[in-house]
Amino acid sequence: MVSFKLNGQRVSAESGATVLETARFYGVPIPTLCEMEGLTPFGGCRLCIVEVGEGEAAKLVTACTAPAQEGLRVRTASKRVIASRRMIVELLLASCPQSKVVQDLAAAMGVHQQRFRQEHEDCLLCGRCVRMCKEQMMSGAIGFQGRGGDRRISTPFDAKSDVCRRCGGCIYVCPACQLRCTFNDPERAVCGGCANLSPPCVGHGQFDDMQCYMDPCAACRIAGA
Amino acid sequence: MNTAEIQGIVAKHQGHPGEVLSILEDLQSRFSYLPEEALRFVAEKTGRPLRDLYGVATFYKMFSFRPRGKHLVSVCLGTACHVRRATLVAEEFEQKLAVKPGETTPDKQITLETVNCVGACALGPIVVVDGHYFPNVKRTTVQKILERTRNEGPRDDPNKDPRIFPVEVRCPRCNHTLMDPENPLEGHPSVRVTISFGANHGCLRLSSLYGSFTIACDFETPPDAVVHFFCPYCHAELLGATSCMECAAPMVPMVIEGGGIVQICSRYGCKGHLLDL
Ligand code: SF4
Ligand code: SF4
Ligand code: FES
Ligand code: FES
Repeated sequence: MVSFKLNGQRVSAESGATVLETARFYGVPIPTLCEMEGLTPFGGCRLCIVEVGEGEAAKLVTACTAPAQEGLRVRTASKRVIASRRMIVELLLASCPQSKVVQDLAAAMGVHQQRFRQEHEDCLLCGRCVRMCKEQMMSGAIGFQGRGGDRRISTPFDAKSDVCRRCGGCIYVCPACQLRCTFNDPERAVCGGCANLSPPCVGHGQFDDMQCYMDPCAACRIAGA
Repeated sequence: MNTAEIQGIVAKHQGHPGEVLSILEDLQSRFSYLPEEALRFVAEKTGRPLRDLYGVATFYKMFSFRPRGKHLVSVCLGTACHVRRATLVAEEFEQKLAVKPGETTPDKQITLETVNCVGACALGPIVVVDGHYFPNVKRTTVQKILERTRNEGPRDDPNKDPRIFPVEVRCPRCNHTLMDPENPLEGHPSVRVTISFGANHGCLRLSSLYGSFTIACDFETPPDAVVHFFCPYCHAELLGATSCMECAAPMVPMVIEGGGIVQICSRYGCKGHLLDL
């Protein structure tokens, strides 16, 4: 057991727990995106940042990867944290405005607009699908590729994967494409929950702009039936 | 595809830390690209998932999935070069060669690629052709670089290559020149320093061509050993305040004739270097 201060309150946590887990246990809300129960923490989206330390030396760290340690002083809603979080969510909005998850996060923080060049990415690079595939589906068909602006998720050589089991786990956990496959007939499709204006998989080369590795796609088959 | 050859490359590095990068590097230099079958083979032999190998191979710009041409032209688009309009230089190359970055001209002569910082920011925009640095490249110099490249022999031929710039260096403490015209390396006076490693002391001569890593040494030094550098005249140790960005060994500073400092890594075999003009 370790004990530390969370927003001025003394809290205790199992050693090995993260700051995020402790905060959740005590009911302190911290927004998250790339974090997901059952998957290893990734620290990719930076949304869960909290301030650790005092005064000048205070640092912003991601709560989902920060281990709970004796004597920490954590603030989850300081001015600095709020301002940085709003900026992060604004950037997420700028790259992936169609994601319902991002929209909800932004709305909850009172961010209704973003000031950057609007893009329409299909992927937030949160890595959930990669970890899902590897850690829960025991498959490991997809991974990160490239770097910087070219970073993306795909199968090796962008080829149809011979280890993918078509379980759909990757699509299920994706905050950008959650239930978004509307095939080419949004009216009849089972999903479309995210109200994409244009179904992303129609008119694209396979795997190009969509993150769907299932071929044939289970959802489309149901929709088409 | 020569399976035995790939097998040999894998066997050479297998079990060492960082084996993946070494294997990929060797494959790249052997085939001038990473063939898909080779990567699948490596995945099978090393037990690493193909998705990770592919991730690593796409992360580093030095790897390519298509065969490269005889010459490799790398335009730096790192931050420092970018703000000096390296994008215009890259565009000019694209137009002149009629290929996009990552592509090779149809005659298989020149491959164009863009890279992110080659460590000579002060001289940007930088273009590296077959390992040699062209400083301060402008739109207008592109044509010249291409003409020279086309007329040159294949890459890795620094001797016949008038394009690289030789530097003259001095000891930062006593200001004595370190150049040794008596014992040239690659046709230029070499840089002579004294080194010590363990109980060994001796003379080390370095090529004075910036971008060349040719050296001549009195005794055998194990790879990766960090050696101490001394001025052969005032015997002061050449020891910089910074450490190598690649391997964290101390850097060895030398003053460049005409202003500036060049720093090289003190680790034997490490190619880390810094140029400050
Ligand atoms: S559908 Fe394929 S890629 Fe997606 S989680 Fe399942 S095995 Fe992995
Ligand atoms: S495809 Fe979806 S789950 Fe995978 S990294 Fe992109 S946004 Fe995250
Ligand atoms: S939830 Fe912690 S970085 Fe994404
Ligand atoms: S940015 Fe071009 S050499 Fe560093």
